[in-house]
Amino acid sequence: MNPVVTVVDLHTDITLRKGVVHPVGGVNFIVREGESLGIVGESGCGKTMTALSIMRLLPPGGKIVSGSIALGDVNLTALDEAGMRKVRGNRIGMIFQDPMTSLNPCLTIGDQVSETVLLHREVTREQARERAAEVLDLVGLPHARERMNSYPHLLSGGMRQRVVIAMALACEPELLIADEPTTALDATIQKQILELIDDLRRRLGMAVILVTHDLGVIAGHTDRVAVMYAGKIVETSPTPELFANPRHPYTEALFRARPENVDPDRRLYAIPGLPPDLSDPPRGCRFAVRCAYATDECRAQEPELTASNHSFACFHPLDSKQQVAPNPPTPLATTQQAAPVLEVRNLVREFPVTSNGVLQRKIGAISAVADVSFTVSAEETFGLVGESGCGKSTVSRLLVAADTPTSGSIIFDGVEITGKSNRELRKYRGNFQLMFQDPYASLDPRMRVGSILREPLVIQHRGSTVEQENTVVRLLDEVGLPRTAVHQYPHEFSGGQRQRIGLARALALRPKLIVADEPVSALDVSVQAQILNLMRDLQREHQLTYVFISHDLSVVRYVATTIGVMYLGKLVEIGPAEQVYTAAVHPYTRGLIDTIPLADPERERHKIKAGVRGELPPAMNPPSGCRFRTRCPRASDKCAAEQPPMVPFSEQGHRAACHHPLRSPIPLLPSTHTGAAPTTPATE
Amino acid sequence: MTAIPAEDATSAHPPKAHGFTRTMSAVLTNKLAVVGLGIIVAFIVFCYAGPLIYHTDQVHIELSQAALAPSAAHPLGTNEVGYDQLGRLMVGGQTSLEVGVAAALLATFFGTVWGAIAGYAGGLIDSAMMRVVDALLAVPALFLLLFLASIARPTPGLLILVIALVSWLGPARLVRGAALSLRTRDFVTSARLMGGGPWRAVFRHIAPNAIGTVVVNATFQVADAILILAALSFLGLGIPPPAANWGDMLSSGISYTYAGYWWLIYPPGLAIVCVVIAFNFLGDALRDSFDVRLQKR
Repeated sequence: MNPVVTVVDLHTDITLRKGVVHPVGGVNFIVREGESLGIVGESGCGKTMTALSIMRLLPPGGKIVSGSIALGDVNLTALDEAGMRKVRGNRIGMIFQDPMTSLNPCLTIGDQVSETVLLHREVTREQARERAAEVLDLVGLPHARERMNSYPHLLSGGMRQRVVIAMALACEPELLIADEPTTALDATIQKQILELIDDLRRRLGMAVILVTHDLGVIAGHTDRVAVMYAGKIVETSPTPELFANPRHPYTEALFRARPENVDPDRRLYAIPGLPPDLSDPPRGCRFAVRCAYATDECRAQEPELTASNHSFACFHPLDSKQQVAPNPPTPLATTQQAAPVLEVRNLVREFPVTSNGVLQRKIGAISAVADVSFTVSAEETFGLVGESGCGKSTVSRLLVAADTPTSGSIIFDGVEITGKSNRELRKYRGNFQLMFQDPYASLDPRMRVGSILREPLVIQHRGSTVEQENTVVRLLDEVGLPRTAVHQYPHEFSGGQRQRIGLARALALRPKLIVADEPVSALDVSVQAQILNLMRDLQREHQLTYVFISHDLSVVRYVATTIGVMYLGKLVEIGPAEQVYTAAVHPYTRGLIDTIPLADPERERHKIKAGVRGELPPAMNPPSGCRFRTRCPRASDKCAAEQPPMVPFSEQGHRAACHHPLRSPIPLLPSTHTGAAPTTPATE
Repeated sequence: MTAIPAEDATSAHPPKAHGFTRTMSAVLTNKLAVVGLGIIVAFIVFCYAGPLIYHTDQVHIELSQAALAPSAAHPLGTNEVGYDQLGRLMVGGQTSLEVGVAAALLATFFGTVWGAIAGYAGGLIDSAMMRVVDALLAVPALFLLLFLASIARPTPGLLILVIALVSWLGPARLVRGAALSLRTRDFVTSARLMGGGPWRAVFRHIAPNAIGTVVVNATFQVADAILILAALSFLGLGIPPPAANWGDMLSSGISYTYAGYWWLIYPPGLAIVCVVIAFNFLGDALRDSFDVRLQKR
């Protein structure tokens, strides 16, 4: 097949005030017709800059310094700006990460899609709109023609991304560049979007470059993979081969950092350190400082990419026979029948929706959390999963009394938390702390790390100034940050380091419970592993109890002893982690598990038809009966009429609320108390 | 994902200089700021140290010396009642700078606190507080000033209060807007979850994070206050003679435009323009240096 795009020895520089950064340092690849190339690596490895170089849309100061990019027979590096404009959106389509920001909120989606056509084709306005309707239909936007006049804010995230794809495809480009197209989306929507891109690639015969940090995304949806590190491709091969037999230590490290195949009683493998500063890349192999196999040769000389179908740049490539040492074990937190620390009973939170008039009449309510009950025992990790919009973040805010429930009660350590005034709550606050998703947003940008960590101690009047300063130093040691950090501002740290600061602050008051709301979602896989390991170490050291909230079931399975699955404000399934993960009984849980992108091309291709379809219905007027019925393959009339009760499925407290579960419940137990009984994790 | 390489590992950084020194050193790297600061310092020296060296009589009218063109005896000439113009520029500058800076500080401080409280409290309190601001904004400032200045005999102290009264509305609205978005930020929530009260949130987190906007606005306020004082004096409601300020000098000079007495118009006019611009330069530089994220770049 003909090559669509050929990149030869591409070097891109970005001139900043403090110096010149070299984000792309000699990249070569070819993408052929109908072929899909995945570019994978940590953030800051030059993936996006490679993609933007092809589009010639580099940020200010960015410049292609050498190399060539050939699109068919046109050399893009030699094209002038006018010529380049004819290529962008016409011969190359691009999908950006965030569909919120890549659509213009002031224009209807019909106008935005037809704009591309009007720019590049000699057509009338009517013809362009006709074409826009066609493409919107092609990307699976329901009722595309009626929606042509809607504005982007009326669409959900997944639908917006479909519109962005439609814009990219309107002129039938030869090459589609998708830069993290699903990172901002839920796993269930991610799967649908990736399948859409795949399907369109086959039907239209275009070439696709899929840029992502997630090996799971690459596995099922690409033909070839290029692993990038510090501006260079370190390994490239056909997808199945790379996954079966990674040769470069960096590739292997990326695989090993994923929590999906690690037993909960083993540590995650975390790549030590950070990617190098690309304004002054190290001599020799750029990965050497972080590599477990590095020798003096690696530090002195730079390895070349081998010339073969599966090429890699390493002096000490890994062998398929070579047995990887198993991850070191980590003792699990002891979870005997410990006393419950947190009891949540019939928790309800509704947000009133008011009319816009002066009187602000109440015209309805968003049911964010509807009758949720669970119990968390001391020193266990309770994992709460669900799509965004399912109410899990609202639960986290309620648990730490950042918000007041509409009804229901939260009992922390025998004390009723709900209904207490802020003043009364103040003395309990130190016992439960919240860890935020975005570590940058949760740290005051104007405060030094020292003041940030001291703040909780100052508020709670813990100790003298000197004692507080000593505590700060101890906290920094505990989370593995240098002591000099006290003088620095949050923006001077990397994402993982900031999350360490967030964790240190949560620990400052020696709480019993930490509610972690998506603590690793904003982090790279390797950094995620570091944080998860750290959280587990600290749990053991300080007898912590975690409520770990995440949309990523594979992470939750690794960290949690008990998992609760939420759907549209309801808890639909709860039980010991291994039981829920391996023997889910609720169709929604099963569907969620099937949408996790696995780093295994074989399995990934087989579950093409599985997974949750459609999108979350609005929480304003949730479906009657079982709220999942509108997306459930097993739904019947009974599901619409009756709310399914929670019934037990195992002796260890595995329960689910479903009329048509995937296996039948165990016969009635004598006691039907609420709350998950604490369990010992199932061993395999 | 951004592809700008991750920040370099931070472990190696030595402890940094603290607060004020750090801000000042950042300001001094900005050329415009140095120019602005230089002009302000020069004017302060001129206005306060000048009269010690250059003695003039700014009290007794000397009509025989009225409206003399610049000469060796009077480098900037004399005005219509015989005061030495250069000496008057120095004395007048004292009033203008004092009233300008004091009024701006007062207005900014009060406006910031008002806006931060309204923005953080939200709901009914916010509505009530902001309606007060709206109501005051609805009254034409000049009308209010004239009214206040006419019922009492203007003194510098009163003028500061009066000017601050009409100027705090701007900062109040600015800070309230910032506070509305800041209070939903995670770091404010986290302070609350540690048991911190509303005052802590307002003074420790919201006000400092709004400081960039506030400081820039404050420098504009200084400039504005000097202009308002000038306007009031121009209308004859400034500080009564023989006390002087630049606005007064300008207004009396304007009457002689057609007589060709340029030395009565340009010196005070240029002085006002220079000081106003200097404060604006300084404001821009301060904003950049207060924004800790812009440092190190």
